[in-house]
Formats: sequence, structure tokens, C-alpha cells
Amino acid sequence: MLRTSAAIAAGKLTRAVAKRRGGGSALPGLVAEKVDPKILGHALGGLPGGIVVVSGTNGKTTTTRMLVALLRAHGLSVFTNPTGSNFTRGVISALLGEVGLRGRPVADVAVLELDEAHALKFADAVTPTHALLLNVARDQLDRFAEIDHTAKLLAQLAARTSKGVVMNRDDSFVARSAEGVKTGVTIDYFGVDDSIAHRLPELMEQDTRVDDEYVVPPAGADDILLRPVDERSLEILVGPHGAGGIVGPVELKQRGLAAMINATAATAMARRLLGSRFDAATAANALATVTAPFGRGEVIDADGAPLELVLVKNPAGFTVALSTYGSTPVRTMIAINDNYADGRDVSWLYDVSFESLREVGVSLTSGVRAYDMALRLQYDEVPVADVEPDLESALDRFLRERDGQPARIFCTYTAMMTLRRRLAERYNLPAFGEEGS
Amino acid sequence: MSKGEIHVVHLYPREMSIYGDLGNTRTMTARLARHGYTPVLHQHHPGAAFPDQAHLVLGGGGQDSGQARVEADLEVIAPRLRSLAAAGTPMLMICGMYQLFGKAFVTVEGKRLPGLGILDVTTQGNPKRMIGPVVLSTDFGDVVGYENHSGSTTLGADQAAFGRVRSGFGNNGEDGSEGARTGNVFGTYLHGPILPANPVFADALLSYAVPLATGAPFEPGDLDDTFAEEARTRQVRRLVS
Repeated sequence: MLRTSAAIAAGKLTRAVAKRRGGGSALPGLVAEKVDPKILGHALGGLPGGIVVVSGTNGKTTTTRMLVALLRAHGLSVFTNPTGSNFTRGVISALLGEVGLRGRPVADVAVLELDEAHALKFADAVTPTHALLLNVARDQLDRFAEIDHTAKLLAQLAARTSKGVVMNRDDSFVARSAEGVKTGVTIDYFGVDDSIAHRLPELMEQDTRVDDEYVVPPAGADDILLRPVDERSLEILVGPHGAGGIVGPVELKQRGLAAMINATAATAMARRLLGSRFDAATAANALATVTAPFGRGEVIDADGAPLELVLVKNPAGFTVALSTYGSTPVRTMIAINDNYADGRDVSWLYDVSFESLREVGVSLTSGVRAYDMALRLQYDEVPVADVEPDLESALDRFLRERDGQPARIFCTYTAMMTLRRRLAERYNLPAFGEEGS
Repeated sequence: MSKGEIHVVHLYPREMSIYGDLGNTRTMTARLARHGYTPVLHQHHPGAAFPDQAHLVLGGGGQDSGQARVEADLEVIAPRLRSLAAAGTPMLMICGMYQLFGKAFVTVEGKRLPGLGILDVTTQGNPKRMIGPVVLSTDFGDVVGYENHSGSTTLGADQAAFGRVRSGFGNNGEDGSEGARTGNVFGTYLHGPILPANPVFADALLSYAVPLATGAPFEPGDLDDTFAEEARTRQVRRLVS
């Protein structure tokens, strides 16, 4: 315990310094972890409501926000890692803000967003009581090399969870990991209702591991199912036709099918955690208040007209984003970097179809790989008005030339960070890491 | 009026195209159309009959699981691929398919799996992956792409390489060679995908394919490759200084 206290003190000091300098969400965690590698276990081990890990390729940040909102609306105090730094060090950094030197956070339950590899590292330190498994898609193969490998990581996470696993019934990579779940651990499923099952192929990766094609089983009475009402509103059904209850209709602040699936996943986990305390009306109200995380469909009021910032990380995510926004075409810019956090290989752009942009065209491509993006669009016969690799010049020009009209920027992670910083200066927005939770 | 029909065969688009290699096929059909030809695309899946006409054959990279699922079919269509190759049909095989077009793949455990043997290369399974952006010097100028492979490939004594590595690992990270070329058959580790980013190489493949289909030499149209040239030369400048 002495060691934990020392680690927390060292981490808190680093955090104070880092905050003053305005950055570095993982560094304080790194320092604390160096002083006491078991700090996580000590600090989180005793939470009465358990430790929930949210993992998968797409939607972790949004789903985590929604789950936290759902639990808080039901009166629970929740510890979470809200800055989107989904590595163990990010968790420790977040923890440092909320614990005393004895190392116990004042919370009922922890809800943590962790990427697939770090979720396992985390499980080495602390056994998660619950895991919410979203999906497996191709993402930053530099780091994970193959999606089969990513699927294995999630299956291992499921196998190491002690109380309950909630998983995506429509994703074969995820659903197949049910086999490894320990006996006595509950398994709940979320997915989409029959009415939109035809849209699943645009969301799912091809699973080539086994000969038999994955067939989604008929929904069980306790499965949590998404039924969209229109582009922004949805209902969440318990069992087919909502025989076990219905949450909603709810209008989300974020648009599109991906956000709706995230809401469904979060609701399934909240229902498992809360049991009989779960209240459909409370849940619907909570989901309606959740705002988009930074850069993930975030709408910025830029000189009186909306500017949407849409993070794109991989083919599945970009495809869903294009179909989400396809019905309301506006002036568009696409910014592609190839730093480590973006994925250094830009090949993935060829696994996305850009045909929906053909009619309005793209005003500007930007980022380190601006010309590669323009070339990609050319092969889908999407007109590209101009190319400006420098992000800040591109943003200035894009805002100037849009004549007060709504506009949208699709961007990779580090491009988003640069653009978001510029926009924060310009429009006086909260900076990264200062986001209210 | 069309200058002629060119049949393009994409081998195993479902199992072997995880790194955007579909972009190569898209590039070839689009460029054929822009040059004034009529592309006819055949997607060849395991178990299906190989198309009667094939003037250009493309194959991509896959995961180990995908590779395992195409091996049986590859054995069935092997005689056809060998005779097409001997007749000068251009073929471009990326990564996993490059390895399968070689003589053998030796797993980390030492198990020797025979390949098609159209290219005289042998690949040794390797615990370490070779990952990163690549610049090559080739017969078609500087070629850019992205490699991501764990296999380490060695050329046979008389086997020509596709290019020399200017930046990156190449076949094995040691001898400076990248890929292989025998006649009009090319194997390479380069994703990116390689063809949209390197239009000179793309059109060279078309110039081999067209006479097989029409009996007349390739008559290129006037294509605007400004974006591709900018993208390519910027990568070369970034990586080779």
C-alpha cells in the first residue's frame, strides 16, 4: 500500500505539471505505473459494482460515454477514462484525478474503454467483472497485423471476465468468442432487429477463418435489439418485437447507424449491471443527453454555420460514416495523415467506396497523404476541386470558401487533433483533455 | 468505339484482398476504360471454373486463414496459370499470392509447403514482421508502396527481382531485392495498393495484356495522372533523401 501511495503521489505531481503545460493524458499514468506496477489492481479491485471493460474496433468512445450516462442516470457513481486515451496508462492517469493517496476511487463502478491489446494487459492487472464486446474490423494493421489476431484478443478478454459478457450477436468474430466464456459467467447479446438486418454487410468484415458461413441465430427473448425509427431516432427492444420491454423512442445527438448500435450495446450492458433497477424511461432520457465525443461526429458552430468533424479510422468506420452522412450532402473536406496513430498504411482507403460523394464532389483533400486521397477519389470518379497537404492552410481555405454553408470534414486521428486544435483557438472551444464528463 | 475487350481475372477477391488490393483491380478496369478498351472483369472464387479468356491476372494478400482456404483451388487451376504465364500473360501477385506463386513456403516450424513454382522464390516463415513504407528502383522507375509481411523470401540463382530497395525491407531485409519477375509475371510485397500509385507500371502491364487480346499493340489514351505523380514523388522525397 505504501508503494501505491508513492505511485499516486508521483503520478499526481506529473499530472499537475502536464495539465499546466496543456497536454499529455498518458504521461502521469506512465509515471505512476513505473513506481507501482500493481497500482490498477489496488485502486480498482474493490469497487462494489465491478469493473466494466468496453472493447472492440469501432465505437468504444461513444459506447463508453453512453454506458456511463445510463449508469449515472440510475444514481450510480462511475469512474471512467473520458479522454479517449484507451491504454492502461490512460486509465491510471484518469484514476489519479479521482483517488486519495490511499488509492480507492470514490465510485460504485468503473467503466473503461480499452483497445483490444490493452484490454488484455489491463486484465493481467485486474480481472474485469464485465466485458462489452462491440465488433472486430480491420484497424491499424501495423499494430495488430491481422483481424483474426484481434478477434483472438477479444475472445481472450471474454474468457477472463468473471461475471458477465455482453456481445454483438451480428459480428461473427465477436459472437464466436462466446465459446471461451467461463461457466457461470452470463452472456447477453445485442444486435439489430430484422427490419435493418440487410444493412449489416456494410458494417461487417469478411470472416475467412472457417468454412461454414456465420449465420446470425434467431434472436432470443433477452437479446437487446436495435430498431431505428428514422435517421436519428431509435427504439431498443428487449427480445423480438420488444416483448420484454422497449426503451424509447429516443432521439440521439449523434447521427447514424453506428451511434444507434452503440446505444443498443450500452443499454444491454446497463441492463445487465442494473438488473431490476433498470428503468426504460430513465435510460431513454439518459441516451438523449449524450453528446458526441470530440471529433466523432461533433458539430462545431463555426461562424454561425455547422461544421461537422468526423473521425475515420478504418474501412468499416469510413463506410458507415459515408452512409450516415450521405443523405445530407454538404461541402466536404477529407484529411488523411499516415502517422502511427492513423495507421501508416493508406491502402485501406481502397476498401471504402466513395461513390456517395460523386454528386457533390470534394472541395479539398489535405494531410500528409492528401494526393493519395485525391487519387483514390479520382478512381471512384468523385471530382476533387483542390489539394492542400498543409492542414491549417486547408482548414482556413475550406472555412473561407464555404460561404456560410454547412460543411463537413472527414479526418484521420492525428489530422483531427491538428484541426480540432486550430478550431478550438478560432472558436473558443474546450481543448482535448478538458472535456466535461 | 472500343479498341477491344480485355479480360481481367482477379483471383480470390474474398479471401485474398485484405490490404486494399481490390484497388489494383479497380485501377486496371478503370484505366482500360479510360484508354478506350472494354474491360471484362472475372472474379475467380475457390471451386469455380477458371474463365475461358484471361489477358491479365491479379492476386492480392490475405491472412493466413484466407491463404489456407485457396490452396486446394490453386492446385486445380495451376496447369492453366502455368500455360498462361508461359504464353506471356501479365500477372501481378501481391504478398500472400506472391508467396504461393513461388516454389515453396517453409513454416516457422520447418514444414515445407510446395507452391506453384511459376516464380523461383522460396519463403521462410519468420516470427518478425517486416512493416513499413517502401521505395523501389525498378524497370518502371521509382515504385512506392507499403509492405507488411512476416515471410522472408529468397530468390533462386537465376531469378530476377522486381526491383531494388531504396527504402524499406524488401524480400528479406538483407539482400536489397524486392519481389520477382519472370517474363510478364510479377510478384511483390507492395500494397498501397501498388497500381494506382504507380501508373507507369500499371500501363506496362496493360501493354503486355492488350496484344494478347487484340493482336495489336497497346494504344494508350491521354490520361491525367497528376494526382498519382504528386503522391508518388512526395513519398519518394519523404523516404529517400
